[in-house]
Amino acid sequence: MEVAVLTIGVLLPLVLQDYLTIYATRVLILCLFALSFDLVWGYAGIMSFGQAVFFGSAGYGVALIARDLGVTSMLLVLPAGLLIGFTFALLLGGFLLLGRHQSSVIFVSLGTLTGSYAADRVARGWYYLGGQNGIPSIPSMSLGSYDLDEGPVFYYFALAILLLVYLLCRFLVGSQFGLALAGLRENEQRIKFFGYRVQRLKAIIFSFAGAIAGLAGSLFAFHEGFVWPNMLGVVMSTQVVLYVLFGGAGTLIGAVIGTVVIEALSFWLSNSYQDIWPIILGVLLLLVILFRPAGLISLIVSERERVGNFGRPPKERPHGPA
Amino acid sequence: MALLEARGLTKIFGKLTALNGAELSVEQNEFHGLIGPNGSGKSTLMKCIAGAEVATAGTVTFGGRDITQAPPAERARAGMSLKFQITSVLPALTLYDNVLLALQAQTSLPSLLFSRTRGVLHDRVMAMLEQFRLVDHAASPAAALSHGQQQWLEIAMALAPEPKLLLLDEPTGGMSLEERRVTGELLQPIKKRCSLVIVEHDLDFIRDICDRLTVLDQGSVLDCGSVRHIQSSPKVQEVYLRRA
Repeated sequence: MEVAVLTIGVLLPLVLQDYLTIYATRVLILCLFALSFDLVWGYAGIMSFGQAVFFGSAGYGVALIARDLGVTSMLLVLPAGLLIGFTFALLLGGFLLLGRHQSSVIFVSLGTLTGSYAADRVARGWYYLGGQNGIPSIPSMSLGSYDLDEGPVFYYFALAILLLVYLLCRFLVGSQFGLALAGLRENEQRIKFFGYRVQRLKAIIFSFAGAIAGLAGSLFAFHEGFVWPNMLGVVMSTQVVLYVLFGGAGTLIGAVIGTVVIEALSFWLSNSYQDIWPIILGVLLLLVILFRPAGLISLIVSERERVGNFGRPPKERPHGPA
Repeated sequence: MALLEARGLTKIFGKLTALNGAELSVEQNEFHGLIGPNGSGKSTLMKCIAGAEVATAGTVTFGGRDITQAPPAERARAGMSLKFQITSVLPALTLYDNVLLALQAQTSLPSLLFSRTRGVLHDRVMAMLEQFRLVDHAASPAAALSHGQQQWLEIAMALAPEPKLLLLDEPTGGMSLEERRVTGELLQPIKKRCSLVIVEHDLDFIRDICDRLTVLDQGSVLDCGSVRHIQSSPKVQEVYLRRA
């Protein structure tokens, strides 16, 4: 499945017209964003309705670095985006997750939602950040003297980053740390009696996911050429929830498929049914969530595969554990 | 010095006093039973010891250290392990992963990230499953087990990290007579390795495996001593006859 998706991803620019390649690049970056939400919700069971805070703050951060400092080198702006996403997630996660008492799901979801709403309002009202209009005309990201403009090169660059992050997440969720996350998701109350410091575990994965969202946000800012308050707000935060629910939370490939299908449907429906496309898309999303709560991926992946194996008894693996 | 000392433990929920100055002392390698009528405070006392509830008053010391306010994870890291009254295995995970999850809890973060202890812990996971007669189901999800087997899995998970003190809250609840007998057999060998505090309604079961008993009634200790002492205690007989 993963190889098939990757093959399609590699071949796509060869058959797409340029304007569609640009659209596909945007989708790849959103896939990266969806992976970050999937890690916190699908794997660790933390309901974050504010993932856009880290996406948008990194976008704004690199836009300011480019505008005010004239720095556009990808060797500086992408790590900066990562760091901004990580720092904001650490601050918000520290506040919401590291209290003396365990945070409830409602507290974390409303806290992150409020954070997203507040960030949107701050960006709209702050003149330095461009207010309602955001920051336009961000120069291209560069590597030495080469400017990375939108098009096939940017597409393959985004695909390479997505692949790297995907493999990193795959390594993470398949490790013993991934088993601890599965325990966190399945029964948080139980695992603290084994000795797991669950709040710390949550803060770690939340911050790591924030860094991925930050990387996505900084790529998005340079690809689109401008940043605007919606990137931080509730709409963007909800959109990423839908990507992951639609594709299948708790599977990395599900997050990618969900993003691609929703974005492709939106593109096609908005061209074909200009007036009613949001209604059609909304009904489709509802149908999937009602009849396939485990997402589209559950059509091809069993529940057992979705949960995963972290260790295998010798019967199944004669040469011992992985 | 006793391994576990609970002194003057009181727990109040609103207007209900669930524990009223309860005392408990458990020595190294001792099997200690908590008995008493329904609502006498046995499970609340277990929860206050394990950290699931924080006592309103009183102290708990474990290995000479005051853990009255310590969160459950710190108590577990100090060597205390709990099996809940209601089975709480992780149903979607395989039996193997359930035990591995319990075993790796105190592994450092870098080791977890790079799965450094997976190979080392493999033999211990398999030994635990073997000991509790679950090895044939190692690759099955825990949800596929019978109720009795889930209870055994949970005891295996609680015992896997080699705790100094194992707290078992009604380990034979919902088991058949045969399963209870087997559970007794499974628990006997652990006496060499750790102490045990057990809450159980089956008095025959608890009499067979425990060295000492504490009887609770209305949140207070009614009597404490050897099994023979408790069996002949007029106070205990009166409480049980009163409830009969």
